[in-house]
Amino acid sequence: MNGHVTIRLASERVNHCVASSNELPRFYTPGEVISGMQDFMRGHGTYVEDDCIKSSVAGVMQKVNKLICVRPLKSRYVGEIGDVVVGRVLEVQQKRWKIETNSRLDSILQLSSVNLPGGELRRRSAEDEQMMRKHLQEGDLISAEVQSVFSDGSLSLHTRSLKYGKLSQGVLMKVFPSLIKRRKNHFHNLPCGIAIIIGNNGFIWMSPMQRNVIIGENKDEIQNYEHQPINKSDREIMARLKNCVAALVAAKMMLDDSSIMFAYEESLRYDDVKELLDPEVMLDIAFLTQHRLNSIMEE
Amino acid sequence: MAGLLLSSTEKMYILHGVQDDYRSDGRSNIDYRPMELETDVVSHASGSARLRLANTDILVGVKTEIDEPKPNNPGLGKIEFFVDCSANATPEFEGRGGEQLANMISNLMQRAYHSSQAFDLKQLCILEGKQCWKLYVDILILECGGNLCDAVSLAVKAALFNTRIPFVKAALMDGGSVDFQLSDDPYDCKLLEVGNAPLLVTLCKIGNKCVVDPSAEEESCSVISLIVGITGNPKYYSKESKASLNFECKCSTIGMNGPGSVAPETFKAAITQGIIAAKCLDEALGRTLLRERQECGSYKKNSYGFLK
Repeated sequence: MNGHVTIRLASERVNHCVASSNELPRFYTPGEVISGMQDFMRGHGTYVEDDCIKSSVAGVMQKVNKLICVRPLKSRYVGEIGDVVVGRVLEVQQKRWKIETNSRLDSILQLSSVNLPGGELRRRSAEDEQMMRKHLQEGDLISAEVQSVFSDGSLSLHTRSLKYGKLSQGVLMKVFPSLIKRRKNHFHNLPCGIAIIIGNNGFIWMSPMQRNVIIGENKDEIQNYEHQPINKSDREIMARLKNCVAALVAAKMMLDDSSIMFAYEESLRYDDVKELLDPEVMLDIAFLTQHRLNSIMEE
Repeated sequence: MAGLLLSSTEKMYILHGVQDDYRSDGRSNIDYRPMELETDVVSHASGSARLRLANTDILVGVKTEIDEPKPNNPGLGKIEFFVDCSANATPEFEGRGGEQLANMISNLMQRAYHSSQAFDLKQLCILEGKQCWKLYVDILILECGGNLCDAVSLAVKAALFNTRIPFVKAALMDGGSVDFQLSDDPYDCKLLEVGNAPLLVTLCKIGNKCVVDPSAEEESCSVISLIVGITGNPKYYSKESKASLNFECKCSTIGMNGPGSVAPETFKAAITQGIIAAKCLDEALGRTLLRERQECGSYKKNSYGFLK
């Protein structure tokens, strides 16, 4: 039995940038002058001082006709209706749950916007209210969809579909929401046998794919199934996926099912999963993934 | 540390992983995450080091001062630890929030370095009974990503390895008091022998097994963690391999953290695991420090610090 320890020197620090220098966008820092006020309008992430438009966040500039916006690199999640999110229950309140979704304010899941057992459309009784903690309790993770956005920017969620709801065993990763590529589908069953939910809010959930087991209506049976230990091979694939996502995030690459899968395939050249924690290996994987994405774009 | 909220199924996943000796990022129970080290980062300190382990960021500076030795052990120098938790690390450290944690860590370090087999204070003696060196070890916690004790002890050992103590050129005895003339040349100095200096290993008990270097999620799964201080092996810290063959690491301190309890068998197993982990840490640290010293041997190296 021998532990694995690596201590590297600061002089060997790895720069995680994979983009070649000519395609690097211009970054603006807070307070930096973007342009004169004359014929531009200020948008999100900017402010006006001394007749100049200045950036108020660190990020890249976007120009639409005369409107100048700066999109921050790191920010909280700003929700839009229809987004798939992964969130954590913080509090059980009167007829609603408070959910943490990495946005500025906590999101809300109404009791009326979840599917309760026994019929789609039925009135929520006082009993249901008392049973709320049985359904979802503090700390539980859920996948949900944004139903509406309140005037203060907080989100109202719903789980009125079979694909949404409580998540069982697996790993949660938190990344910047700006790195998530918007897609039609955010639920993926990867060919390596892992189900992944890439939440628009930057929460990524990985779990073993549901095997074709017949789960009866019996609640105990579901509970039993939930508490089964996950076998070693699934665990290994999930660890590998997790480290691959971390490598892509370190290189600030956009995440979607194809980039994650490419990174996974490239990572297979490293036998041991814990090798992927090494910064140089992470850069290598990000670089190879970028290369494959570029070659697909060209085709 | 801040209680991270986890669902019961997530905890179960971590628990099963620890039992299988396969954690969620592919590490086994005695593997550490990669670390980054730089010594001599603070130019006005006698010795300094910065260590980064995942998100934990530690800066250590060593300051020297001439002091009178204690009357009961006139031949020994002094060493003192001070931990400062910056409010940049987490908002909880604001005001006096980090004081308890800081005291816990500094007491633990003091205890670990107390034994003469851990750190030889004789090398700090200048004139027996009259004057000695006193080392002030200032530890600054800049970012807090879990596993503080291990990172602090590694950074302290690196900073002590880097510490230069000026030679005394002349001494003037004037009645009872002694006056020293110190060498002005910054290269005319001696290095400390830190080979034996202890490293702290935090063992987080999850289920009935222990893991080293827990992530924040793993920390919130455990109710108790053991912190053991293990003395180092000087052979890793010098180029000439004076083969001290049957050298054994010794456990110089044990601390516990958390409301849980540990069964005697688990306790013994944990200490054995700690010794194994400490040995690997010690070897890696020694190798890195020697490599850095070799690389920047004569010329002044450029310092990287926090930027690059």
